[in-house]
Amino acid sequence: MKLPVTVTINGQQYSHEVEPRLLLVHYIREVVGLTGTHVGCDTSQCGACTILMNGQAVKSCTLFAVQADGATITTIEGLAKDGELHPIQQGFWEKHGLQCGFCTPGMIMAAYQILERYPRPTEEQIRHQLEGNLCRCTGYHNIVKAIQWAAEHMPARK
Amino acid sequence: MTTATGRMFGRSIKRREDPRLVTGRGSFVDDIKLPGTTYAVFVRSPHAHARIRGIDATAARRHPGVVAVFTGKDMAGVNSLPCGWDLRKEKNIPGVIQDLAMVPHMPLAADAARHVGDPVAVVIADSRTAAVDAAELVKVDWEVLPAVTATERAAAPGAPQIHAGAPGNVAFRWEIGDRAATDQAFQRAAVTVRKRLVNQRLVANAMEPRACLARYDDATGELTLWVTSQNPHVHRLLMCAFVLGIPEHKVRVIAPDVGGGFGSKIFLYNEEVVCSWASRQLRRPVRWTATRREAYLTDAQGRDHVTDAELALDREGRMLGLRVRTTANLGAYLSTFAPAVPTFLYGTLLNGVYTIGAIHCEVTGVFTNTTPVDAYRGAGRPEACYVLERMVEAGARAAGMDVVELRRKNFIPRFSGAYQTHVAVAYDSGDYAAAFDRLLQMLDYRKFRAEQEAARRQGRLLGIGFSTYIEACSIAPSKVVGALGAGAGLYESGKVRVHPTGMVTVYTGSHSHGQGHETTFAQLVADELGIPIEQVEIVHGDTGAIPFGMGTYGSRSASVGGTAILMSLQKIKEKGKRIAAHLLEASPKDIEYVDGQFRVMGVPGKAVPFGTVALTAYVPHNYPEGLEPGLEETSFYDPSNFCFPFGAHACVVEVDRETGRVEILRYLAVDDVGNVINPMIVDGMVHGGIAQGVGQALWEGAVYDDRSGQLVTASMMDYALPKADMLPPYETDRTVTPTPVNPMGVKGAGETGTIAATPAVVNAVVDALAPLGVDHIEQMPLSAERVWSAIQAARSTR
Repeated sequence: MKLPVTVTINGQQYSHEVEPRLLLVHYIREVVGLTGTHVGCDTSQCGACTILMNGQAVKSCTLFAVQADGATITTIEGLAKDGELHPIQQGFWEKHGLQCGFCTPGMIMAAYQILERYPRPTEEQIRHQLEGNLCRCTGYHNIVKAIQWAAEHMPARK
Repeated sequence: MTTATGRMFGRSIKRREDPRLVTGRGSFVDDIKLPGTTYAVFVRSPHAHARIRGIDATAARRHPGVVAVFTGKDMAGVNSLPCGWDLRKEKNIPGVIQDLAMVPHMPLAADAARHVGDPVAVVIADSRTAAVDAAELVKVDWEVLPAVTATERAAAPGAPQIHAGAPGNVAFRWEIGDRAATDQAFQRAAVTVRKRLVNQRLVANAMEPRACLARYDDATGELTLWVTSQNPHVHRLLMCAFVLGIPEHKVRVIAPDVGGGFGSKIFLYNEEVVCSWASRQLRRPVRWTATRREAYLTDAQGRDHVTDAELALDREGRMLGLRVRTTANLGAYLSTFAPAVPTFLYGTLLNGVYTIGAIHCEVTGVFTNTTPVDAYRGAGRPEACYVLERMVEAGARAAGMDVVELRRKNFIPRFSGAYQTHVAVAYDSGDYAAAFDRLLQMLDYRKFRAEQEAARRQGRLLGIGFSTYIEACSIAPSKVVGALGAGAGLYESGKVRVHPTGMVTVYTGSHSHGQGHETTFAQLVADELGIPIEQVEIVHGDTGAIPFGMGTYGSRSASVGGTAILMSLQKIKEKGKRIAAHLLEASPKDIEYVDGQFRVMGVPGKAVPFGTVALTAYVPHNYPEGLEPGLEETSFYDPSNFCFPFGAHACVVEVDRETGRVEILRYLAVDDVGNVINPMIVDGMVHGGIAQGVGQALWEGAVYDDRSGQLVTASMMDYALPKADMLPPYETDRTVTPTPVNPMGVKGAGETGTIAATPAVVNAVVDALAPLGVDHIEQMPLSAERVWSAIQAARSTR
């Protein structure tokens, strides 16, 4: 049995018939073909698959694709605009917030929501809010610095 | 050679690999899509130890979408996964007491499964879901056997036998040092201290699970394997020459972007062998990506030592002798480099940074019904450092001395060239007191002790712990490791190709899975050739492009891989001088290369730029006699010795006496990794290493249920990886003692933090608990429960 799903990802609309058991992350990676969203675990701990769905940071392994029907999604591929890195992406680059880069897309999408909640976050707030995202390379030190850099360089909100 | 004076060397330039990784355009193995791909799902043993009476795959084969089901019996002619390190007397390998039992490790177990997760069959289907569904239908007739997982029980009388070829489950027995001299030292000692130290088993947990994609091309007979590897040539050699017996030149192994390794992606694993073999059978691409649960069950794990250690001190606190008895758990099979880790990477580091009168260490390797154990970040060296640094602090307490004073009294004095230890290796250069002094300065040690006194009066449990460390990296001089049992040389390759337009591509046998080679190596090239870094491209991870290389582990990339590149750059410049001499009508010996220009010495203005020489090399219309066209050089660098980075770390903790919870208040590190090419990158590696070392001390641990043999920490829910809010910011600094071993003076930086952090944290917790009468905790991690129990036990004995 297959069910229809229609989603808008990074401004583009996609419609497919999928198995109801297909996870949203596998839909994004395998069906739509956007492989920047990663899978690092099978228990929703690592956060490598974090995306923005209807403005909320969501682990895309915690949803079936069909549950996202009608949703508006942003993945890591949709963050840079007109060839310009988003300040969070730039912050990770400036502050060496990544090494192997596998957790990075999820970290950046999680950071996006942190900065919406806390435009000027303290170090403690950043560390607490990142508890759903695991990194094995950086020891988090420079990820915190990257998000602080981004906070300082985000355009003022209208 | 230009070194520290170069323009890029020593600068924290931003990483060139980051733009693709921060925009989601990295290319990891699971991102690569090929038409006609099939999906492999492995049927694994749910039992720790069980005989396979039979496998019925009839229903699975009939399942829609299934292409094939293979069992071990179907893989006739396929050999065991090889173990690349020998420990046998007949090979004259030093220290062998009992020969290594070379037990077989078949890609799909056919006779018996020996750990939970051992693969016994593979289902290959058109879709991942079809393969998952069909794997459920494979019926294995198991005869469950008794199992043993605990390190100290593996070789006990009556323990279940795991391999016919390893009686009593003993894999090997080995020793290093001087037994008689150590015994004498203990007889002369004023103070002796003895502790049991359990270095628990860890799981590497690279964020990217292992994956492979094998494509056999029927028309050309070529097999391409994309695999999460730290050393693609090692994978290719082991798979072709030892397991599958297929021609090496028809196999291309590609390790693209790899999401962390920490050792776990060095080794040849069952799944990549099975997928490669199956692709040749099916003539279709075969893909496998581990689930995280599979990663926990099958990625080679780390550590797992049980050690009884004794330290002898004289009246003044000088270290007279160290005696170490270790049982090392190797798991169910011999992983690729498993025998080297608890022997030559462990015993040789027990001298630390101290002048010790005598050392003797004996190691028994044992098999258990657990996932195989091999190198995990630090690999043997963290275990050695843990033993020594715990014993130093225990010794100081027993002698009634300050832990700082005792260390200072015993440091090897500053030297350069060679310091011969009692455990085979000779250090390259060191100034151990300098790093320690810098640490104490950052810490303000006296002030801390005063604060601690005040806190204790208020009933607060504040503690400080130190560790000094040394590691052998820049792995490794081939002659030395060959004599110690290595099945391979450990040189590195570096090829430099100058294109006609003056652009440069460098092919390195090192592999980056987070280390930033595309940046660091480009800095070296830009300096040496005096060209903009934008003209330099670094290629790694593809046996179809790079010369035979040994890959990345053992903190070897900059020192061994970088030096190989440097050697090729020298050859490029030498040939360039001959071309330039011709163009300038001068003698090659009068040509110098400065700032991207070949110049006639002493004749200002008489020069040709690098680009002109490059073009001339490829368009040799006007070319000297006897010189080959082209500008491309390859070098293989084999180091003359290991390099020995060192440093001193300190951790300040507060323990909650009611709950046992440990909070890290400060973490300080002073590392000496020799000269530093890119400080930002080195700092990042130190940070990550510290996090892993702290993780071992406080939270991490692979736990097997000894009755069922199940790994009960087989998910990220159960295995406590450090999170951002569990760790402090790190206060780091460096001293710089260049190594004389290589021309750049770089030592290696990938493992320092992991080695130093674990004992520093444990020492800090023990120090915090000292007023309660706790002087030792045998087991890590120091979870709240374990610390609370130690507090209760101390109270009840008072």
